Amino acid sequence: MAIYQRTFSTPIPSENETQHDEELLVPSLRRGSLVLEDGTRFEGTSFGSDTAIGGEVVFCTGMVGYPEAITDASYTGQILIMTYPIIGNYGVPKSSCWEDDRIHIAGLIVSNYIDTPSHAQSTMNLGAWLRREGIPALEIKDTRRLTQHIRTHGTMLGKIVFEEDIPFYDPDLDNLVALVSTPEVQVQGAGETTIVLIDCGAKRNITRSLLARGVRLVTVPWDFDLFAPDLDFTFDGILVSNGPGNPRLATRTIEILRAAMARQVPVMGICLGHQLLALAAGGDTYKLKFGHRSQNQPCLLEDSKRCYITTQNHSFAVGTLPEGFKPWFVNANDGSNEGIHHQELPFFSVQFHPESMPGPIDTDWLFDYFLERVVAEKGKRGIR
Amino acid sequence: MTDVRKVLVLGAGALKIGQAGEFDYSGSQALKALQEEGISTVLVNPNIATIQTSQFLADQVYFLPVTPFFVEKIIEKERPDGILLSFGGQTALNCGIELHKSGVLEKYDVQILGTPVSAIILTEDREEFASHLRQIDIPTPQSRTSETLEESLRIAEGLGYPVMVRAGYALGGQGSGIAHNEDELRHIVSGALAFAPQVLIEQYLHHYKEVEYEVVRDRFDNCITVCNMENMDPLGIHTGESVVIAPSQTLTNHEYHTLRSASIEIVRSLGIVGECNVQYALDPKTSKYYVIEVNARLSRSSALASKATGYPLAYVAAKLGLGYGLTELTNKVTGVTQACFEPSLDYVVVKIPRWDLEKFKNVDLTIGTGMKSVGEVMGIGRTFEEAYQKAIRMLDLGLEGITALNVFERHASEAEIIEKYLYRPTPKRMFALPVAMRNGITVEQIHAITGIDPWFLMRIEHIQVRELALQADHDLSAECLLELKQIGLSDKRIGELTGKSGLEVRALRKQLGVLPAILQIDTLAGEFPSDTNYLYMTYNARHNDIEPLQQEGVVVLGSGPYRIGSSVEFDWTSVSTVEALKQYQKRAIVINCNPETVSTDYDTSDRLYFEELTFERIADICEFEHPYGVVVSVGGQTPNNRVKALHSYGFPILGTSAQNIDSAEDRHKFSNLLDTLGIHQPAWASFTNQEELRAFVGRVGYPVLVRPSYVLSGSAMKVCYDQEQLERYTREASEVSPEYPVTVSKFFQKVKEIELDAVAQRGEVKAFVISEHIENAGVHSGDATIVLPPQTVNAETRARIEEVGRKIARALEITGPFNIQFLAKENQVYVIEANLRASRTFPFISKVTGVNMISLFVDTLFQEEVPVVEIPTPTFTAVKAPQFSFSRLTGADPILHVEMASTGEVACFGEDIEEAYLKAIIATGGHIPQRGIFISLGGQDKKQRFLESARLLAKLGLPLYATKQTSLFMRENGIEATMLYKLHEQKEPNILTYFRDHKVDLAINVVDSYYVPQEEEDDGYAMRRYAIDHNIPLFTKIKQARLFTRALVEKDLATIPIKSWNNYQK
Ligand SMILES: Nc1ncnc2c1ncn2[C@@H]1O[C@H](COP(=O)(O)OP(=O)(O)O)[C@@H](O)[C@H]1O
Ligand SMILES: Nc1ncnc2c1ncn2[C@@H]1O[C@H](COP(=O)(O)OP(=O)(O)O)[C@@H](O)[C@H]1O
Ligand SMILES: [Mg+2]
Ligand SMILES: [Mg+2]
Repeated sequence: MAIYQRTFSTPIPSENETQHDEELLVPSLRRGSLVLEDGTRFEGTSFGSDTAIGGEVVFCTGMVGYPEAITDASYTGQILIMTYPIIGNYGVPKSSCWEDDRIHIAGLIVSNYIDTPSHAQSTMNLGAWLRREGIPALEIKDTRRLTQHIRTHGTMLGKIVFEEDIPFYDPDLDNLVALVSTPEVQVQGAGETTIVLIDCGAKRNITRSLLARGVRLVTVPWDFDLFAPDLDFTFDGILVSNGPGNPRLATRTIEILRAAMARQVPVMGICLGHQLLALAAGGDTYKLKFGHRSQNQPCLLEDSKRCYITTQNHSFAVGTLPEGFKPWFVNANDGSNEGIHHQELPFFSVQFHPESMPGPIDTDWLFDYFLERVVAEKGKRGIR
Repeated sequence: MTDVRKVLVLGAGALKIGQAGEFDYSGSQALKALQEEGISTVLVNPNIATIQTSQFLADQVYFLPVTPFFVEKIIEKERPDGILLSFGGQTALNCGIELHKSGVLEKYDVQILGTPVSAIILTEDREEFASHLRQIDIPTPQSRTSETLEESLRIAEGLGYPVMVRAGYALGGQGSGIAHNEDELRHIVSGALAFAPQVLIEQYLHHYKEVEYEVVRDRFDNCITVCNMENMDPLGIHTGESVVIAPSQTLTNHEYHTLRSASIEIVRSLGIVGECNVQYALDPKTSKYYVIEVNARLSRSSALASKATGYPLAYVAAKLGLGYGLTELTNKVTGVTQACFEPSLDYVVVKIPRWDLEKFKNVDLTIGTGMKSVGEVMGIGRTFEEAYQKAIRMLDLGLEGITALNVFERHASEAEIIEKYLYRPTPKRMFALPVAMRNGITVEQIHAITGIDPWFLMRIEHIQVRELALQADHDLSAECLLELKQIGLSDKRIGELTGKSGLEVRALRKQLGVLPAILQIDTLAGEFPSDTNYLYMTYNARHNDIEPLQQEGVVVLGSGPYRIGSSVEFDWTSVSTVEALKQYQKRAIVINCNPETVSTDYDTSDRLYFEELTFERIADICEFEHPYGVVVSVGGQTPNNRVKALHSYGFPILGTSAQNIDSAEDRHKFSNLLDTLGIHQPAWASFTNQEELRAFVGRVGYPVLVRPSYVLSGSAMKVCYDQEQLERYTREASEVSPEYPVTVSKFFQKVKEIELDAVAQRGEVKAFVISEHIENAGVHSGDATIVLPPQTVNAETRARIEEVGRKIARALEITGPFNIQFLAKENQVYVIEANLRASRTFPFISKVTGVNMISLFVDTLFQEEVPVVEIPTPTFTAVKAPQFSFSRLTGADPILHVEMASTGEVACFGEDIEEAYLKAIIATGGHIPQRGIFISLGGQDKKQRFLESARLLAKLGLPLYATKQTSLFMRENGIEATMLYKLHEQKEPNILTYFRDHKVDLAINVVDSYYVPQEEEDDGYAMRRYAIDHNIPLFTKIKQARLFTRALVEKDLATIPIKSWNNYQK
């Protein structure tokens, strides 16, 4: 836990992005190691912060969008291996382009780090950003071997160490959602429809996608009681966001969703939100061997020949479907569940990321679908 | 599924600039996809050197021109119910559109499979397409189409100069260009309108990034982008001329996916079913983008994308055309996952074009919006530096990497290099980049000059900096060596920088355990296990994905990039070897680096190393695999050149021994051998100084053929007809010194050239074929029209050739394929050269005779005693004709000489040589004249020899035009011909106006063999070039012109029999 908090306590970067500390400009090039729980060790060169860290080791096969990926709160507690070998090419865009206001991965492993980025929108290089936020990063040449190891033996714990050793850290044991959720209620946008976003570590593009559709958006913490008698706002639908860790630990959110369903409030879940909806409705979740982290996962829409290419980032998946729900999407590669939909009521969720960032935007129609259902329900029942 | 039983596939015809080997790959994949469905297939493709025209791929093959006329006849005969248009490049597409427009497809009820023809037509019409894009709110540069020069000028005025000019219905950027002012516009537009109905005048986008997407869509509206590619060179340099990287390196997620989504939107709006390519211009500053064009068919880029990702685009496109959904197909590479996904790469690929511009006299070396390259290579690595430098070596130009200086003139200073090569884009520009950097020109300045993104420049700088450091400290510790290998330095380059030989570096490297890793290309970046055979090597990994095959494995060295002199024919020989090895329970390990080939397809070999054909890399592979042996004789000259080194290093060479191959390759050894065997050869000698040279020529007499070992500029071989020419050449163009000797041979005039192709086992000839050149010696065998069976070779000459062949085979104990070229004069034969490898005629002779000479060769490796195969004389006549690409090579003089200039070939069959030749000429873009014939004959002798033909031409009833002397001569002999003034005479009637106004559609300009190209004011050259630039078929050799005349007069296309290959074999 202690190790984790170090990352968390890093100050949020200043808005003046072109100014950075001199010492952060140059990587130390110190040698470091990635040590896996099974004893396997990979040597590398540091280009981030030279601080040791423990976490869960996962790999991602997306070829673009490292700034978006590493600011995705779903990666909290995870040491991320990029399978695409050349990373850092276009530097770091201004913070409004990130998926949160800081880096969420615990550590980064790439094969070939580029310290000389080139892009009109770049404000600094990746290494400097990582150092500024205290995130360790190693250049380990054989990331393919590492990936194959995880693929064969499953996701495992690991740590990035320099001279001194530290203990392993298992993020699944902590309620990570609590760490990354918004501390307070926030209202944005204006419109006839009000949507509540339960922030379990929401990517900013969920917010952007909803706001772009002209809604009033109320973002609430993961454990916020939406049905408290003194609630000072009304809403028409709930979107449960993505987020890190084991869904079972977000018990408060599950309870809130149960309450919402009982009141027949339209609910859409994304990623962790999908797992939470399933749990709330009586289904179950399990941990995949090595998860899905990529931008090329094919998902079949049930009862059709339509297949969507999706971005994914998850370890846990929905196993047994809750009663009253039918499968909505299924992974064309491994058959795992990718979405559920209630047979009659407006409760549905997807395992993948319709908000993309990074990745293909082929499924952003789901936001339209959600809002249509919300509006339809509203019409049926009058304003709540 | 569509209910089709028989499908007609249109091929691409001869390889030419802009449309090369990639369509053999796509057509072959389509045929396989159809075969799997039990659909009967009919293929039209006159390109006999392709793999798709092999017996095992299509049920019926027609070696006929891919033109509406012939294809209609084939449809009438075969009655297919489906047709595939998008697998044979622009040729097939244009032919298909015409067949559709003329109602032929409807008449015979032939269904176009895949993308609807309306969409194809829309994408081909630049203006309609632009307005379509505007309707769906996709940005495209401001532009207008025009059909006349006047209108073009008006449009350009409106847009403001500079403007981009592009031709409709064309490919490879033909006719396009950037006009900075009215004069340039006039020039470009009139050139383009010579062969295209419309031009597009467009806002010029300076130094935008050029990015491409390959998109696949099925009829259920599933749509994926299989690959995106970024051009290193900015917009303004054709994608076919640009260094291309996949995936893109400098695009953000936002840019990548904005373009991806736009691609999908466009493809959906068009209703594409199959494959489509979308090209973009992206503003590096604002991320604003424009669509440049869409190709609604398989393309060069799709072949590259397919090889870059491992995704079988052409195969999938064919299946989708039959009605499958993407979700119904599996990923052929993993075998377990879906075809409906987007490949994830855990490596980077770099494509570099291969040019051969220096082979052409007068050619403009600038590269731009039109294609001039003839082939390409693809380097794979896990750093950009590694992939890039591998690709440079793959070009097979003797360049070790980006810092190679041997591309430049030997005595050029760095300042001169920068001056000459940095500012103007040419094939050499990339090598001037590090030179500029070390001379204080900054990355920003270079970026401003070239438009190359600083990202790439900084990678190049990285290599440069590392090399300079190595040169200073000579640090060859394990760690340092590994780092150098990780950025793609060859052993040889490391040696150059540290005063060691490549072999010494290799030994040190192995001792220190610095070895490359062998990785699979699995389409999913390792996410799923797969047993793909598609491999590459890298120093940016430390494990191997595979185990060695050991004695089960046989290494087959492929041909490398397509270039003038080595093309798809060597892919056919390679693939045929792989096929034949299956009979002997051997597993083929192919090494090749050319993304346009079938040999690098995922399902061709048991193992494919998409790798350099350098000694270093072949040795790395052999040391890992411990193969049974290495086949070096089926990939053309490149593998042949590696034999000596591979053998000395101890690798088992299969077939003829390395020493004996060397005895044929080494002129001195070979000449001595011929002398001992009592075989004639043209007198020759090597010289290191001018005096000896003069003495030799004094003895043998002019003309002589000069082959310098160091060429300063232009082409290497040259015939000199007098002392003045000889001296000028050896002074100006080549160097004669002890270090660089020059070889001079007596040049035979007016003699026949004959080829012997054969396969032998332990010195015994097992099968042989003799074929004859139509042109006299002096036209390179690769440019010559070759006829089988020989027409004018008498029995005595034939017997002599056979005897010489047997003697040489015995003396060199040949096991395997070989080829000998002969000059024949008064029943005596002289040997020009022997190649102890399969020659470029192997597919032709194998397909004409029905005896696969390559499988026979593989038999000689594994059978104790291969029985002699008597090859029967064909009952028909086959003609192999060259395809030239002069129209692309601005300024090049379209004449034939001792150096090869053609980029491809076709072969057609007929009852006699006239029939076969006529078809072959049509298949290479010629046509039957309908408007007028222009004749310009050389000296008196040529005039006399053409007289009979001129009389025949007069019978065609077309107006005849001639130059002054020729028209006088014709008139004296009672043939009416209008005299045309020469271009520079500026008097009417002039060649200029008659050519320009399309009053002439056949030009005969017999060039005297002793013709010396003059630099300035050369009428002959101007006239030939003018003909080429106006798309007028041109004959320059008297024997060709006479044969074509006979064919024109004797044959009537309407009654020409339409027969498939099978029909001829019976
Ligand atoms: N508006 C433009 N401004 C600058 N360069 C252009 C423009 N349009 C095209 N080009 C360049 O010309 C090349 C050839 O044009 P394109 O339409 O793709 O022809 P082709 O059909 O032969 O591929 C492109 O690859 C691009 O580099
Ligand atoms: N002594 C000669 N007399 C006449 N023509 C010759 C002679 N030597 C070569 N040639 C012509 O030049 C061409 C190329 O020569 P060759 O030695 O075969 O070169 P390459 O190695 O490029 O095939 C031949 O095909 C032939 O037409
Ligand atoms: Mg193009
Ligand atoms: Mg030759």
